[in-house]
Amino acid sequence: MMLNRRATEMAVFTLFRGCALLVVLALVVLLGYIVSGGLERLSVEFLTGMPRRANTEGGIFPAIVGTFYLMLIVLSISVPIGVMSAIYMVEYEQNSLMGKVFKMAVYNLAGVPSIVYGLLGLGIFVAFLGFGFSLISAGLTLSIMTLPLMISSAREAIAAVPSTVREASYALGATKWQTIWHHVLPYALPGIFTGMILSVSRAAGETAPLMLTGVAMSLQRLPDSFFDSFMALPYHVFYMATQSSDLLATRPIQYATALVLLLLVLGMNLFAIVLRKRYRDRYRW
Amino acid sequence: MTIAIRTDDLHVYFDKNHALKGVSMDIEMNQVTAVIGPSGCGKSTFIRCINRMNDLIPGCTVKGKVLVDGMDINDDDVDVVDVRRRIGMVFQKPNPFPKSIYENVAYGPRLHGVVETGNGKGRRRKHTKRELDEIVEHSLRRAALWDEVKDRMDKSGTSLSGGQQQRLCIARTLAVDPEIILFDEPCSALDPIATAKIEDLLVDLKKDYTVVIVTHNMQQAARISDRTAFFYLGDLIEMGDTKQIFERPQKEFTEQYITGRMG
Amino acid sequence: MRKNRHLPPREKAIQLALTVATWSSVLALAAVFGELLLGALPALSSISIIDFFTGTVWNPSHPIYPLYGILPLFVGTMMVSFGAALIAIPVGLGCSIWLAELASPRVKAIFKPAIEILAGIPSVIFGFFALVILSEWIAVVFEPVTKLNALNGAIMLAVMMIPIMVTVAEDAMNAVPMSLREASLALGATRWETVRHVVIPASLSGVVAAVVLAFGRAVGETMTVLMATGNATALHFDLLRSVQTMTAAIAIDFGEVEFGSEHYHVLFLVGLVLFVMTFLINFLADWVTRRFKEDY
Ligand SMILES: Nc1ncnc2c1ncn2[C@@H]1O[C@H](COP(=O)(O)OP(=O)(O)O)[C@@H](O)[C@H]1O
Ligand SMILES: [Mg+2]
Repeated sequence: MMLNRRATEMAVFTLFRGCALLVVLALVVLLGYIVSGGLERLSVEFLTGMPRRANTEGGIFPAIVGTFYLMLIVLSISVPIGVMSAIYMVEYEQNSLMGKVFKMAVYNLAGVPSIVYGLLGLGIFVAFLGFGFSLISAGLTLSIMTLPLMISSAREAIAAVPSTVREASYALGATKWQTIWHHVLPYALPGIFTGMILSVSRAAGETAPLMLTGVAMSLQRLPDSFFDSFMALPYHVFYMATQSSDLLATRPIQYATALVLLLLVLGMNLFAIVLRKRYRDRYRW
Repeated sequence: MTIAIRTDDLHVYFDKNHALKGVSMDIEMNQVTAVIGPSGCGKSTFIRCINRMNDLIPGCTVKGKVLVDGMDINDDDVDVVDVRRRIGMVFQKPNPFPKSIYENVAYGPRLHGVVETGNGKGRRRKHTKRELDEIVEHSLRRAALWDEVKDRMDKSGTSLSGGQQQRLCIARTLAVDPEIILFDEPCSALDPIATAKIEDLLVDLKKDYTVVIVTHNMQQAARISDRTAFFYLGDLIEMGDTKQIFERPQKEFTEQYITGRMG
Repeated sequence: MRKNRHLPPREKAIQLALTVATWSSVLALAAVFGELLLGALPALSSISIIDFFTGTVWNPSHPIYPLYGILPLFVGTMMVSFGAALIAIPVGLGCSIWLAELASPRVKAIFKPAIEILAGIPSVIFGFFALVILSEWIAVVFEPVTKLNALNGAIMLAVMMIPIMVTVAEDAMNAVPMSLREASLALGATRWETVRHVVIPASLSGVVAAVVLAFGRAVGETMTVLMATGNATALHFDLLRSVQTMTAAIAIDFGEVEFGSEHYHVLFLVGLVLFVMTFLINFLADWVTRRFKEDY
């Protein structure tokens, strides 16, 4: 019986190890294919050139720039609102009824499918506010979409600052905001920064909402205002892989675009992970 | 007197921290042995070696021998699970499972089953419901908890008071019928009345079991133990009959500690 | 808690600004729901809601008799999501247990970032991989009816679900106090018995929530299924045939739909159904976590 129990344990644990291995394998295979497929076509010219001949030649510069603009919009809208909300939720409304309502709202907002955000953007920014199919409509939509992620990471960072720090500050006669500004935010900053990078990278990789708010298939120029139409990297991958005129001939372009997107998004994620690790080791309460 | 446990030059390292520095000790059967010493001196580390609980701590290495019945439990071909079945442990903070009182006590017997026939290497089978009920009742009675819980066996173990929880943990350990029971400061989270109950229980248990108890409460050690070991900074400083240790300590450190001149 | 009645004006102004910012989340959620309702309402005046929910044909672009039966899309979503869950639950749980109970700190320090990386990969990349690579493999192994099919989407979604599941489930298992494991081991349980009889029951609410949450994400996922499943709108239950999900229908059809047309509003209605579904799923996950929270 004892032998039996041991054998069961061995078998089950081997299975679990297999599961973990399988997941790592999936990641490696996925990255492997994209990287090896994409390197062939990747070049400076590809990154900085305009697309030509209905995207079958030339580069993806407008798509890169479009994605950067989107990130910029998200950065300037989602981040401040997210951080302010997080401060309010942790420092002012921690346990009240209103606090619960806010928490519920953020939790549910995080679960809304991205395509539904697209519908929201279409209805409100494109149609109702009259921004049309434009960079700003898409950017605002992505900002709302990333807001819950920004709030929850900032909230976690702020809540991780121990209450003893706040008490010490209050005991010295500081006001609430002075306490937050001088004693809470500085310690929470690395965490907030990490959340910011993750939110922006999430926005950079998102495709579905763009499809309803005005992403363009091909442009020979860069957008000249926030109300102009734009290209974006993730949509370019989708478009080239499913609708371009010669799917097989443009495979290298598809791979290379996917690789650029992957490098951009994973680069940011990796940076965030390293940053977090670094600061987690520094402040250990 | 028979030796139940013999440790021989036992060293424990937590990464580079040398927490136990060569402890050699004999623990006698059917006695209560108390392990005392200031906090951080390696008491817990020591008794956790006896049922190999230190295996669970990342970065922890154990060197040296722990002989139980003449067999070194640190040997590679010894099954750690079997060691722990034979050597039970009760922890500082009561840790009942978030299951019913009944399930808490029945947990161990269920895992191990019963030996079918008495001829040495019997096959094991599952307990019948009757047998299990009996074991649960017997163990709870033995742990002096039966009367308090017999009407609410299906309530969660976590719903009991601290002292009751600790007796439940003792009953749970008794139910697997170990030979040795290790107690790591079992009363430090309890009030004086609950503590007194557990102390009575410990003294009663030594009829059937070998008991090792870590305590930082010297009065407790004096009240209930037959032999006492004094640890300091990872060394076993002195061991002897409890009376002797408290009345005529041989070592300067020991005297300083029991007279309260050392933290 | 007692409020300070002597707030200086600056503090008051700051507090007001923070309040306004925080309300934006509530407002956004209300806007999502309101916008979907507003967009979907006109559809209800021209098509029958019963036909919509029971119709077995989704053919919105028929010039004379467009049909808006959501069932093929709903079944498509369910086939892909349940298929994904069937794969992701065992693998994800195995992974979580391995991570929480078995992995050494060193290996963990590598594996956890890997999981985060996997979670960070944009869904369009998964979709691209499914379209170009995975579908070929499936074609070789299963000889499916159509090359892009529900199975293709399900497998790819499973890979996307696993990081969410593992993160949440591992957290739940880590929250089980070490003392409970020690108690079980000290009674002579093997590590597996400890996991099975102590750790999993004690973290069950979190583990179930992890599964539900991941399932909700699968239901709402667009790009992967859009690119992987071929987008045929016939109603069937064959994993090896092409399906279209609700999300994919919205994404594709908006490319050609006329602004303000019946089709346009029906797509909002599909969006509303999708929103309500994911809302309920998330609610379930939250409820499970709260209701069955273990006290240790
Ligand atoms: N899990 C652990 N990891 C690292 N060091 C530990 C661990 N447990 C105990 N130690 C170290 O071992 C020494 C002895 O600790 P312990 O046996 O718990 O002391 P006591 O029980 O006598 O208070 C201490 O220096 C402590 O820091
Ligand atoms: Mg101790």
